Amino acid sequence: MSGLDPIASQSSPGPACAKAPRDHGHALSILHQIRHALGILIETGEETRIDLNAMPFGPGDLERLTDVLGRGEVQASVEALGPTLIQETAIPGVWLVDYRGTEDQRLTLHIEIALTPEILRPRPEDLAESIATLDSRMPRRDLEPGDSPPTS
Amino acid sequence: MSGSMEFLLWTKGPMFDIAMVIFAIGLLARLAEIFLLGRARNYAEPRAGEWPAGLRTMLTRTVADRGTFERAPFNVVVGWIWHLGFLAALLLFVPHIELAKGLFGISWPALPNPVVDFLTAITLLSLVATLVHRLNHPVKRRISTIEDYLVWTVVFMVVLTGYLAYHRMVNPYPLALGMHILSAEILLILLPFTKLTHILTAFIARWYNGAAFGRKGVQS
Amino acid sequence: MAARKTPEKTLGESLRDHGLSRRGFLKFCAATTSMMALPPSLAPAIAAALETAKRPSVIWLSFQECTGCTESLTRSHAPTLEDLILDFISLDYHHTLQAAAGEAAEEARLQAMEANKGEYLVIVDGSIPGPDANPGFSTVAGHSNYQTLMETVEHAAAVIAVGTCAAFGGIPQAKPNPTGAMSVMDLVKDKPVVNVSGCPPIPMVITGVLAHYLVFGRLPELDSYGRPLAFYGQSIHDRCYRRPFYDRGLFAESFDDEGAKLGWCLYRLGCKGPSTYNACATMKWNDGTSWPIESGHPCLGCSEPSFWDAGGFYEPLSVPLTLRPETLLQAGAVGAVVGGGLAALARKKVKDAAGTRQPVTVEELEQKL
Repeated sequence: MSGLDPIASQSSPGPACAKAPRDHGHALSILHQIRHALGILIETGEETRIDLNAMPFGPGDLERLTDVLGRGEVQASVEALGPTLIQETAIPGVWLVDYRGTEDQRLTLHIEIALTPEILRPRPEDLAESIATLDSRMPRRDLEPGDSPPTS
Repeated sequence: MSGSMEFLLWTKGPMFDIAMVIFAIGLLARLAEIFLLGRARNYAEPRAGEWPAGLRTMLTRTVADRGTFERAPFNVVVGWIWHLGFLAALLLFVPHIELAKGLFGISWPALPNPVVDFLTAITLLSLVATLVHRLNHPVKRRISTIEDYLVWTVVFMVVLTGYLAYHRMVNPYPLALGMHILSAEILLILLPFTKLTHILTAFIARWYNGAAFGRKGVQS
Repeated sequence: MAARKTPEKTLGESLRDHGLSRRGFLKFCAATTSMMALPPSLAPAIAAALETAKRPSVIWLSFQECTGCTESLTRSHAPTLEDLILDFISLDYHHTLQAAAGEAAEEARLQAMEANKGEYLVIVDGSIPGPDANPGFSTVAGHSNYQTLMETVEHAAAVIAVGTCAAFGGIPQAKPNPTGAMSVMDLVKDKPVVNVSGCPPIPMVITGVLAHYLVFGRLPELDSYGRPLAFYGQSIHDRCYRRPFYDRGLFAESFDDEGAKLGWCLYRLGCKGPSTYNACATMKWNDGTSWPIESGHPCLGCSEPSFWDAGGFYEPLSVPLTLRPETLLQAGAVGAVVGGGLAALARKKVKDAAGTRQPVTVEELEQKL
C-alpha cells in the first residue's frame, strides 16, 4: 500500500469480479451530506466530520464516492499511533482522513469538512507548552557570556 | 426475555399447522356441502347455455351497475379500494409469494415493496372508513351483527400488524412478525365459519344466479 | 496475570505511558468513537471521559462454548486500538488466555472478586446447564458452571454475555437441548446484563461495549433483548446495501444464477437479514473486507434467539416451519368427507320432512294466526 494513498484499494474488487460494481445509491446521499456541510462551513465556520466506517457501503460505493470527490493539492501524513493519511479532495474544504493503526490497518475513515483537518493542527495543550519546548531546545547563551553568537 | 422469538416460532410452526388444517377442513366441508347439495333439478328445456351466462354474471355482479353506484357510492368505491389493496398485499408481496412457493412450489411475480406499502396504507384507511361508515349509518348499524364486527376486526388486525411489522414499529421484531402471522391464522380459522367464506362463495353464488337466468334466456 | 487491586491510573495516563502523543490520543478517540458506533461529533466528549477513565477488573468465564468468541476477539482486525483497550482493562481471569492453571487460576478469580468487590465486570461466553440440569455436563475446577456463575456474579458491577450461547442459549440450547442449557439472563436477574450476541460477535462490538463502559462508566443503552442499541439498533436488512434490490423485487433465485452474479437480494435463498439485528452491514468482518451478504451468502441470523431452531438456513424467512402440503391435502380430504356427510344429512332431512309432510287446511292456518 503506497504511503500517501488514503483510499488505496481497501475494498476494490478482485479479478474474479471484474464486472463494474453496481451503484447502490449510497455515495449520492453522502455527497448531499457533504454539500450541506460545506454550506454550513462557509456560512458559520462550523466543521463537520462524517464517519465513513458507519456507512452501509456495498462493493464499489467508496470508490464511487472518492472518484466524485477527486484529489486536491494537499497530502499530509501524521505519525502518531500509526500513520494517519490526509488527502485534500478536489473540493476545497473537503478532506479525506484515513486513520490507520500501527500495522497499517484502517481504524476508521473520515470525511472532514473544515479549513484544515483537526489532526494537522497542534493540540491546544501542546500549544500551551510550545514556548517552554522551544526554550528548552535553544542554546543557552546567558550561562556562557564569552561565546560568540551563533552564525546561523 | 427471548419469549418473543419462541412466540414467532410457535406461530410459524405448530400454530400455523393447526390454523391451516382447520382452514382446509372447514373450507372443503363448506364447498363440498354446497356443490353436493347443488340446486334442485330443472326439468324444463334450457333456452340457452348455463355457462356463458354464469361466467358473465360472475363479472357483471362484481362490477356495480350504475344504479347501485348511485345509491351507495361509498360502499362501491371504498369496498373496491380495500378489497383490491388487501388482495394486492396478500398476493403480490414478496414474503407472501415465498410462503406459497415454500408450501406449494408455485410462485408468480411480485409488486415492488414501496407499492405494496402504499396499497397497505390505503387499505388500512379504507377499512377504518368502512367501520366509521357502518357505525354512523343508521340502517347499517341496525343490521350489523357481532359477526360483522368480529370479521372487520380480524381483517383489520391482519393488515395493521403486517404494516407494523414491515415498518418495524413494534419491538422486538419477532413479536411484530409473530402478531401478524397469528392474526392471519385467526383469519384462516374463522374464514370457513363466517361471512369470510364469501372469498369463494361469492363467485359460486354469482355463477349459480347467472346460470339460472341464462337457462331461462333472461339477461342478468 | 496475577490478581491485583486495580491501580489508580486513568486511561489518559496509561496511554501517555505507552508513549502516545496528544495527536495520537485524538486519533484514538476518533477511532474509539467509530468503534462505539457513535457520531464523530461526540469525539471531544469521549476524549474528556477517556482522560479520566479508571481501569476496571474483568473476570472472563467460559462455559459451554467453542472459544470462537475469544478467537474473534483476539484475532480482531484493529489490534492497535483493541490492544490499547484490552491492555487497559485488568483481565484477571480467562482460563484460555491466562498463564496460571489449576488452583492458582481459581485463586486469581477469587482474589480479583475480593479486591474489586462491587466494581468488577464479568464477561461470560457459553451457555450454562441450568440449576435443574445435570451439573456434570460442564464443570470448571470441580464446580458446576451454574455455581461458578452465581458465585462470581454476586458482587459484580455488571455482566456482559458475549456470544449467542451466553446471550440466548445458542447452539447448546438448540433442540433437544440435552444439557438443559440456559442463557445468562435466564439465570442472572439482579445484575445488569448486556448481551453481545453473534456467533461469534463482531470483535469491534465486544471491544466497543467495553470501551463504552470505560468511557462513560456505565453500560450502553440496550434493546429489548438486552443488546447495545448502538450496534443492534437496526436490522441487517435495513442497513444492507442490497436492500434496494429487495424493494425493487430483484432476487437471486439460486447461488449461481444471473441475479446472484449481479448481487441481487438473497431473501429467496433464505436470508434472515429482515429478522436479524447486528452491525455486520457497517462494521463488516476481516479487516473490514466484507461480510456474509457481500460475499453472496444469506445471513443466518446468528445474533438472534433460537437461531439454530428458527427454520432452515436456506428457507426464506416467511416459509412455515413444519407444515407439509400432504397435511393440507389430508385435511382437505377430511373436510370434503365431512362436507359430503353434511350434504347427505341435509338431503335426508329434506327427504324425511317430505315423507312425513301432512296437508294443512286453511282453517288450521287461521287458527295459528
